[in-house]
Amino acid sequence: MRLINIKPARPLAMALTLLPFVLVFVAYAIGSDIRLSANPQDKLLPAPGTVWDTMVRLVSEGDRRTGRILFWHDTWASLQRLAIGVGISASIGLVFGLLIGLLPLVRSFLAQFVAVLSMIPPLALLPILFIVFGLGELSKVVLIVVGTLPFLIRDLSQRVIEVPHELLVKAQTLGASSWVIAIRVALPQLMPRLIQAVRLSLGPAWLFLIAAEAIASDLGLGYRIFLVRRYLAMDVILTYVIWITVLAFLIDWGLRWTSRRFFPWAQEGL
Amino acid sequence: MSFVTVRNVFQTYDRRPILERVNVEVEEGQFISVVGASGCGKSTFLRLLLAQELPTKGSVHIAGAPPATEPGLDRGVVFQRYSVFPHMTVRENVIAGESLRKPWGRFFGAERKAAQVRADETLARCGLDHVADTYPATLSGGMQQRLAIGQALAARPRVLLLDEPFGALDPGTRLSMHAFLTDLQAEIGMTVFMVTHDLHEAFKLGDRVLVFDKPRWDPDEPNAYGATITYDFDARDGGIPFQDLEENTHVLRTQ
Repeated sequence: MRLINIKPARPLAMALTLLPFVLVFVAYAIGSDIRLSANPQDKLLPAPGTVWDTMVRLVSEGDRRTGRILFWHDTWASLQRLAIGVGISASIGLVFGLLIGLLPLVRSFLAQFVAVLSMIPPLALLPILFIVFGLGELSKVVLIVVGTLPFLIRDLSQRVIEVPHELLVKAQTLGASSWVIAIRVALPQLMPRLIQAVRLSLGPAWLFLIAAEAIASDLGLGYRIFLVRRYLAMDVILTYVIWITVLAFLIDWGLRWTSRRFFPWAQEGL
Repeated sequence: MSFVTVRNVFQTYDRRPILERVNVEVEEGQFISVVGASGCGKSTFLRLLLAQELPTKGSVHIAGAPPATEPGLDRGVVFQRYSVFPHMTVRENVIAGESLRKPWGRFFGAERKAAQVRADETLARCGLDHVADTYPATLSGGMQQRLAIGQALAARPRVLLLDEPFGALDPGTRLSMHAFLTDLQAEIGMTVFMVTHDLHEAFKLGDRVLVFDKPRWDPDEPNAYGATITYDFDARDGGIPFQDLEENTHVLRTQ
């Protein structure tokens, strides 16, 4: 039987899905064990048990000075920045994507401009953002917007252009104005694509968030990681990295669920 | 003046002539089949009727109105594919035929209820009432085309344009679609233009069959000349329109 025709049954598929996670964990445990047996004071690869203890301590014990559980405050601060940044980006991207995709006039006016803008490395703009918007929340949110907006506009306008021309002609023969075509034909077809584009831009959004927090902040997941780096607190860093990964995965899963739940007609490719 | 008047129409893409000197007059309520080889401009002709494209020269008048500059309510269309909105259910698609002309593209309140009742009547006539709440992607090709025709008719256009509407259907479905279309045409009496590859279909459904071809042909430069209407058949009564004249003469007169 050809390899391309061998499909794993459900138990085997589950086992294969879990296998890489187990392998990484085992590899880490072995590496950690080797280093710790050579030097019990080693801080580079703390034992899984130590990481677990740190994790429990971080999520349940308050800060000695303020009594706040910093872990949850960090999470809340970061998620807020991420949500505001991505939310603004998605809203502006949706409007401009529709305008550029539907109106040839706006396309001539803005499409190339956005294409050039999207080539600017957003992190190179970070100093400018800090100078202009200060070190507060605003500059972090703006960095996320600057980093993800050009991609969203380009992707969404392309998706609008890909709406079959027949549908636009058909809508015109039914008497639809440009406005009605935008809200009744293009926008509903764009919504699942928007969710997909947001899923893709969440990776860069996290990157810009953590970069901005690492440089100037007093709260946030990225800030904490870069703060404890000074003490070589690998157990804290690992806890935060795992937590960020879990959060990113949950957000991605939630968006995919939303897309399937509310746009069942766009099943394929989501 | 006739209902649809196409006067001396030329269409050229990048200096390459597609259509030249197309003249045709069509009475209201006629079913016109348009046939011809691939690339002979019959779909271009349909796009000109639809006002999706404007002719390089000449003019297309419908119902005595000045030439249209963009597709509008007076012309309905069914394409071979992508003719229904995938994000609306079957019923919403039919309602959209009436509601897209509104400022917000939808009906509210009592108007909406009335539109739903009308849509359900249309769906029943198209044999789609049992799938009213599903999305078009779950329908078969024939059902999608029936829905597309029902949606186009809900807008009550003056002229219905069909661009190879049954080209992607299997022969059995095609036959039932012919019956469906013939019944509708008899009921509504609308002017219909249908582009098709299938000569049998063209003669079966059409009152008139227009054949597009290139009257002049340069073997060294096949694209030098455009196509025009080379034959204009009267296709009533199976392409023998005058057979009943024969029967009404002295031979069978019995009184």
